[in-house]
Amino acid sequence: MATIGAVHFLILAAAMFCLGLYCLMGRRNAIGLLMGIELIVNAANINFATFAHYRGGEVDGYIFSLFGIVLAAIGVTIALAIVFALYRNFNKNIEVDEVSILRG
Amino acid sequence: MAFTVMFYCAALFTLYGAAMVAFSKNIIYSAFSLLISFIGVVVIYALLDADFLAIAQLVLYVGGILVLILFAIMLTNKISNASSSNPSRSQFLSFVTVLVIFVGLFFTIIKAPWQVSAGTQELGPITDSIGDALLTKYLLPFEIVSVLLLVGLIGAVVIARKENIEKAGNTNLSATSEQGRSL
Repeated sequence: MATIGAVHFLILAAAMFCLGLYCLMGRRNAIGLLMGIELIVNAANINFATFAHYRGGEVDGYIFSLFGIVLAAIGVTIALAIVFALYRNFNKNIEVDEVSILRG
Repeated sequence: MAFTVMFYCAALFTLYGAAMVAFSKNIIYSAFSLLISFIGVVVIYALLDADFLAIAQLVLYVGGILVLILFAIMLTNKISNASSSNPSRSQFLSFVTVLVIFVGLFFTIIKAPWQVSAGTQELGPITDSIGDALLTKYLLPFEIVSVLLLVGLIGAVVIARKENIEKAGNTNLSATSEQGRSL
């Protein structure tokens, strides 16, 4: 296909989602996990914007994308606060394997 | 034609950044690759006629979230051991799983009969229509999100602040974790 359609944007978002998922599965560093979550949220937002554009005429998809950006910002803020709390309370360690005292 | 070239450049940018985030050993390189990826996404939004989203992405992600992540990395990692600061585990297994998921998504996207309109109507600049929708149809979610932002702000301050009163509790906690590790 020479012309760029919705499919191209969807595949780009799918690839971005998969890279974020790989980041989530492989990483031990809490901030690394957070970056994977950011990639996944961005992929979802691209999907919303793609359908808003290619359905045409409606602006709802863009607004969902906007809410997605805001929610990701809140999530990152809280998650980094938790990372700082972990860093202080677990001997300057933010690797998620080590933080397991709640495990039964 | 220009649209095609722009799309492939932006896609390359985005995916290169995302791949470096996922595969880089050094977490500082990961953070700067996240910057590349976000800028690619800005161009993608611009190509999708979402001018307001592109600027919001630039201001919020590149100007806000990324700086926050970089600050967190600088505060929690020693620069001396930065090269081993982002260890990965069970790489082969996760790679195979993610590859299977991607192939599944790929063929689903290719095969699915998406209900897209052939000729998209030009919305023009979407900023004014987004503003209209936010203050009429989406007024309640808009207000709820603003309250949620306030809750997040206060919550982050409460969680991250140093508690003098809980000092004893904190030392207890780290002692417990020490104990757990030695066990």
